[in-house]
Amino acid sequence: MIAFALRRLLSAVPTLFVLVTLAFFLMRAAPGGPFDGERTLPPQIEAALAAEYHLDESLWRQYLRYLGGLARGDLGPSFQYEGYRVGELIAAALPVSLSLGAGALLLALALGGAIGIVCAQRPDGAVDRVLGAVVLLGVSVPNYVVAPLLVLLFAIGLGWLPAGGWRPGTLADALLPTIALALPQIAYVARLLRAGLLDALAAPYVRTARAKGLPERTILFRHALRPALLPVISHLGPAAAGLITGSVVVEQVFNIPGLGRYFVQAALNRDYTLVLGVVLLYGTLIVMLNFVVDLLYGALDPRLRPA
Amino acid sequence: MLAMLALPVQAEQVLRIGNGPEPESLDPQRMSSVSALNIARDLYEGLTRIGPDGRALPAAAQGWQVGDGGRRYTFQLRPGLRWSNGEPLTAEDFAAGLRRLVDPRTGAPFAQLLSCIVNAQAISEGRARPEQLAVWALGPSQVQILLRAPTPYLPSLLAHPASFPTYRPALARYGREFARPGRLVGNGAFRLDQWVVQGQIELVRNPHYWDDDRTALDRIRYVPSDDVAAELKRYRAGELDVTSEIPLVQAPQLRARLGDELHVATYLGSYFYGFNMERAPLAAQPGLRRALAMVIDRELIVAKVMNGLARPAYGWVPPGVSGYAPQSVDWAAWPMARRLAEARRLYAAAGYTPAHPLRVELRYNTHDDHKRIATVVAAMWKQTLGVEATLIHEENKVFLAKRRLRRETQIFRAAWIGDYDDTSSFLDVLASDNGRNDTGWRDPQYDALLAAAATEADPARRAGLLAEAERRALDALPVIPIYWYVSKHLVKPYVRGWRDNLLDYHYGKDLSLAPG
Repeated sequence: MIAFALRRLLSAVPTLFVLVTLAFFLMRAAPGGPFDGERTLPPQIEAALAAEYHLDESLWRQYLRYLGGLARGDLGPSFQYEGYRVGELIAAALPVSLSLGAGALLLALALGGAIGIVCAQRPDGAVDRVLGAVVLLGVSVPNYVVAPLLVLLFAIGLGWLPAGGWRPGTLADALLPTIALALPQIAYVARLLRAGLLDALAAPYVRTARAKGLPERTILFRHALRPALLPVISHLGPAAAGLITGSVVVEQVFNIPGLGRYFVQAALNRDYTLVLGVVLLYGTLIVMLNFVVDLLYGALDPRLRPA
Repeated sequence: MLAMLALPVQAEQVLRIGNGPEPESLDPQRMSSVSALNIARDLYEGLTRIGPDGRALPAAAQGWQVGDGGRRYTFQLRPGLRWSNGEPLTAEDFAAGLRRLVDPRTGAPFAQLLSCIVNAQAISEGRARPEQLAVWALGPSQVQILLRAPTPYLPSLLAHPASFPTYRPALARYGREFARPGRLVGNGAFRLDQWVVQGQIELVRNPHYWDDDRTALDRIRYVPSDDVAAELKRYRAGELDVTSEIPLVQAPQLRARLGDELHVATYLGSYFYGFNMERAPLAAQPGLRRALAMVIDRELIVAKVMNGLARPAYGWVPPGVSGYAPQSVDWAAWPMARRLAEARRLYAAAGYTPAHPLRVELRYNTHDDHKRIATVVAAMWKQTLGVEATLIHEENKVFLAKRRLRRETQIFRAAWIGDYDDTSSFLDVLASDNGRNDTGWRDPQYDALLAAAATEADPARRAGLLAEAERRALDALPVIPIYWYVSKHLVKPYVRGWRDNLLDYHYGKDLSLAPG
């Protein structure tokens, strides 16, 4: 088991290396640079800035310099947020996105799981149909519609919750963005679990269990739920990485200092180092969460355990 | 003691301002965005500031004398000035700030703002050392500046944050990472308390500020937002007292519902289309450019596309600039029918017919508002002249890079926001050697008029020279002015001291919150 974990983690290193290399050269291939703006800089100033950020060196040298920094744990200075290091920006934003993402993930699992189970017990019944329609709405209505609607209703209309802002540890600030983030995931979890449960409940071993006279509850929770969770888990691995790294829409609508907007803004502003920083973070999270998914697979289904 | 206890406890006055995009820096010499400059005017103070009527007023300097025929300015500092950490602030600090601005190693976006000072240009081009800048501290409380030529708007320039002093010990210790909480030492009415990137920047009043007794606000919270609609929601929910903008599409409803809170004022900014003056056929045919400019119905664009949140532009320099009578194209007052007829005549004279129409590309950076305007303009060209315009939108950095190269571009969208209240802030942009002249238009006579104005001491004669230069540009039309920007804020009725002005400067020290 430990050997398996080590092998998996070691195999991640070349993956991340390729990822960083590709991202580095792709970013540089994009036209325009970090200092281009509506206000053109005089050539001397542009040269001074280029020298300050080593942009006057050859691309290979810059690449090696970046890798050298990376080896020392330094993600470099941000181009856009002057005076801040990329590491600092990520360290400040990650806890915000992590707490929101974790909250949304738990909510998705709890609520989506409950809906999935209820629907699977009476497929095509009235409850299944109504919840199915609600879930479909959750999947198809995008965040940028849901989030402002939540604000209109709960912040401006009812005045129960703030319209935006983030005070660490304040539940009221986290509630609406968590719901907005969780809604599509609730829908996915519910649909995947319902489908998984229906498959499992039709399997021969469930028929056997029923024939043995086991109560329906035991059949559902002890025998059907475990295999039905497999597709949910494989969906939640990458979904969790997305939730943890934040959502640009939710962060903009609720004014949250999270990671999500860095993904978009850093690329638009040609903030080379910040792009690489968030790409590396996202890549690492995907690798780690895929690993966790594999472990959970093994825990849920003994046939899938690593030899 | 008992008497003090009996006093009612005053609630803290906290003003919450929506401030547009996250500022890139709080270093006065390195910043360039409007949102950063807004905060800088509270964190630091220059020798002068701009009053609500647009005129320069004494700030850290209590007054100034002008000598040598308008070339020598001597600023007298107020007694007892201090940095926000209590250290004394001297004339040398101001001189050092100006030297840092022009030093190319600083990488200051506004390095050329003070090129009117002797040696400034040479220093920023690396031909002289920063110490050679003609700015001197005459003792601890006098700053003297020697100019290349009389520059009557120097006091206005010195109200720009790029000329503000920076605390040298912090700079020496932290380098470019000095402008952060716990490190930043300023001399403004407020000091930096907290900076959560993409969250908020909170300032707290500076007890060492010379005019602290008259500062009413205890704190200012600047809230960044990239989403105007989200900012509006926070304003409506009572979480912001002032917004940076309002969404264009909601202007009619807001005007009806929150009319008293909506502040719209002329702003020193121009939205225009530029021609690439290095590519045929538009470069060589002034008549064709004139025809394209004439058929654009600016009133319609302002009313229908901008929902009234702009002013139709027929000139290059926005109205309201001090000491200047706005110029406009000679056909500005013509009725639309006459304009259209003349445009058709010019178009035909340039050799274009319905069977052989002009085909052009109109480029803009991807944005809904730019797209709407480009669509309307292309339709007007098509309807009246039969021009086949292809709209091309590009991601901002790609767009800017191409615009600068002047290879692919034919007609491009652009905007210019003036840095200070003087005609030169606009006219200089179209000078042949100006790096910001993306049209590539070169007119030696225009340049000569600007040069003559730059050395003219008499304000009326100077304004005359500048007006002549502007008329030349409007005759040649390397750019098509479309509209002038307006500042548009929502301001809660309990915010006192807010006065709309051309530069859209609002100093925190002038604002207060009504009790209750």
